[in-house]
Amino acid sequence: MSHPHASWEHRVKKPPVKKSRWIIAGLLAVVYIWAFSGVPLNGFKETALQVTKAIASGIFSPDWDYVYLPDGEDLLRGLLDTLAISILSTFISAVLCVPFAFWAASNMSEWGITSKTGKIILSVIRTFPEIVMAILFIKAVGPGSFAGVLALGLHSIGMLGKLFAEEIEQIDCGPTEALIATGANRIQILWYAVIPQVLPGFLSYTLYRFEINVRSATILGVIGAGGIGTPLIFALSTRNWDRVGIILLGIIIMITLIDLLSGAIRKKLV
Amino acid sequence: MSAHDMKSAVPSKASSLPRPKPPRKLKAILTGLIVLLLLAGSAIKTESSFSELFTGLPNMLDLIKEMFPPRWSYFDDITGAMLETIRMAIVGTTLGAIFAIPIALLCASNLNTIKWLSYPVRFVLNLIRTIPDLLLAALFVAIFGLGPLPGIFALTIFSLGLIGKLTYEALETIDRGPLEAMTAVGSTPMQRIIYSVVPQIQAHFMSYVLYTFEINVRAAAVLGLVGAGGIGHYYEVTLGFLEYDKTCTIILFTLAIVLFIDWMSTRLREKLL
Amino acid sequence: MIELRHVSKSYPNGVKGLHNINLTIHPGEFIAVVGLSGAGKSTLLRSINRLHEITDGEILIDGASITKASGKELRTIRRGIGMIFQSFNLVKRTTVLRNVLAGRVGYHSTMRTLFGLFPDHDKELAFRALERVNIVEKAYTRSDELSGGQQQRVAIARVLAQEAKIILADEPVASLDPLTTKQVMDDLKRINQDLGITTLVNLHFIDLARQYATRIIGLRAGEIVFDGPVEEATDDVFNHIYGRPIQQEELLGDLVG
Repeated sequence: MSHPHASWEHRVKKPPVKKSRWIIAGLLAVVYIWAFSGVPLNGFKETALQVTKAIASGIFSPDWDYVYLPDGEDLLRGLLDTLAISILSTFISAVLCVPFAFWAASNMSEWGITSKTGKIILSVIRTFPEIVMAILFIKAVGPGSFAGVLALGLHSIGMLGKLFAEEIEQIDCGPTEALIATGANRIQILWYAVIPQVLPGFLSYTLYRFEINVRSATILGVIGAGGIGTPLIFALSTRNWDRVGIILLGIIIMITLIDLLSGAIRKKLV
Repeated sequence: MSAHDMKSAVPSKASSLPRPKPPRKLKAILTGLIVLLLLAGSAIKTESSFSELFTGLPNMLDLIKEMFPPRWSYFDDITGAMLETIRMAIVGTTLGAIFAIPIALLCASNLNTIKWLSYPVRFVLNLIRTIPDLLLAALFVAIFGLGPLPGIFALTIFSLGLIGKLTYEALETIDRGPLEAMTAVGSTPMQRIIYSVVPQIQAHFMSYVLYTFEINVRAAAVLGLVGAGGIGHYYEVTLGFLEYDKTCTIILFTLAIVLFIDWMSTRLREKLL
Repeated sequence: MIELRHVSKSYPNGVKGLHNINLTIHPGEFIAVVGLSGAGKSTLLRSINRLHEITDGEILIDGASITKASGKELRTIRRGIGMIFQSFNLVKRTTVLRNVLAGRVGYHSTMRTLFGLFPDHDKELAFRALERVNIVEKAYTRSDELSGGQQQRVAIARVLAQEAKIILADEPVASLDPLTTKQVMDDLKRINQDLGITTLVNLHFIDLARQYATRIIGLRAGEIVFDGPVEEATDDVFNHIYGRPIQQEELLGDLVG
């Protein structure tokens, strides 16, 4: 103990920092320099502050008259339309994703096809942006809410299918074994041993996706696929800030209420 | 089977226990009815009809036919926009993550015991999370004008909401032991955070940032539709001129980039946790 | 009648699960299969209804080869063999009654079972089965609200509703406490005596095997090393089956008897 400060070095060597860490740090630095150096900082409009103030005052003095107009396009009808799009599209995707989910679940792969291919397909569907899908559907069925329903319905299959597949992968295979032992066929095994186990999870994920779809449906109107997005974009481009305010308020209240309701039901399910 | 077997299955002692009555199914029936009504109402409201879908399908097939083969040469024109998309996602996610740190610390009830401070911050955080990213972008475009800057701001706010919420929920589940140990050695709040909170939370935090980055890349790819920069702008350009083969190139390019980034990010996240 | 002829099972990694098993089991017997864990008790039981495939030999159920059967034929043979598991294997989130009725699906068309349209006869069978295991008052309770012993009795009711002529019970009491162990074993014994259902039970506890079984089969390393009436299964015989003296943990203790 005569040289306390020197003696540690001999007893415990400090582990060297891994080379890979330095490489990652270096790469990150390069990426960040590239990313931030490219941000254009001169794009501000001089009116920015003014517009911000206008929107803020629009939110605090909203155009209450717009909430309900006896004849035609008003806030309530826009929100209702948005809600209808999300309800229907969630239902469509929840039904259509089930076969994909069984395909992608690794513990069901004895059914002939590998789960890998199913997972890849779901991942491609998930990656395809709903708004681009909506553009394509508008070409097919014309602008309006129906195009939005189809786009969201198709896009949601990707995520719901993945979540459902994960739920299927977690089941207890005991009941399946018991049903095999009673002489049940495959469909009966599925119906009596698998489905009862996964159903609450399926419903809970469907509600979760519904929450997301309500958010997505509010923006579909931007490209003409129905919902509250259309009047919002119109109000923004005509600088009708009071109307922007009331629409924003309406969207925030609707989404908050949906989240609360759906969250309460989901808590009861699991 | 049969009568004989049925007889033999009768218990030897007289069945003294009464059989229970089946529970009322009213609740299930009502729930089913409400769901059906909601679906029917939604179908009417959105004017959904199968016939329209079937008459529209040929149009859609024509469109898809026109999309193939994709115009590969268009890659050169959109590579710059794709890089801008990735840049927007990186910058937006990073800024959002940085702002999310103090917000999350303020929200976590086990670190910040001042209720009049944590509740309003949480309220604002929840409020932010109700607004979709594309809507934020549309707002910022109205404020700042066209270009990637409003897109970056929208992604920043969106990331702040998501990372802030995930992080503060994770903060609330950390082990209290190290915190108490640091308090016992007489540390300041800042020292407590650096020595006992950060080591417990950093892997989770990085994982959330990567997860948000994945979402932001997808979002950034369509922000251009409202004029907020990135590759999304080219959808309108190509669709407007009915150049569907070019649109297809954009879609495939985006798919490839997003899937690649997802794959990398997922591998990194697996390593972190 | 169950006949096993030169039955062997080897796993892909070369391990032998069963080695040249020859057995004849007569209707109405109550057989306890004993042996160390890993001796092949579970493999033997699961081979009989082909939850496990054997690699050699043949198994006949009432003269029909389950080894060669497939599709509808295999399912019909399985329908006649009920199985009880260590972990009960009920669908926990559904009601007791529905779990018991699940034992009936092998008798009906796929369509009919998809809609849950069981004939009154089936419901009657399910209720009587529940009455026999004294749990009828729980018919509409969710299975996960029951205790382990109650869940195992529901599983027995499922087998009864199945109208099986053979019951295979794979460690049916291994996850139960001594008191419920006795109740479940009593149920199995009573069913065996009242209805004449052939019963094969894998047991870990030697004293349970002696008390309930009429015949004991001892397995060691996948081979039968003892097969005889319970009176002949002396302590020496058990020492031989286990390859070492009986240990305290292999006895359930005083509650039995």
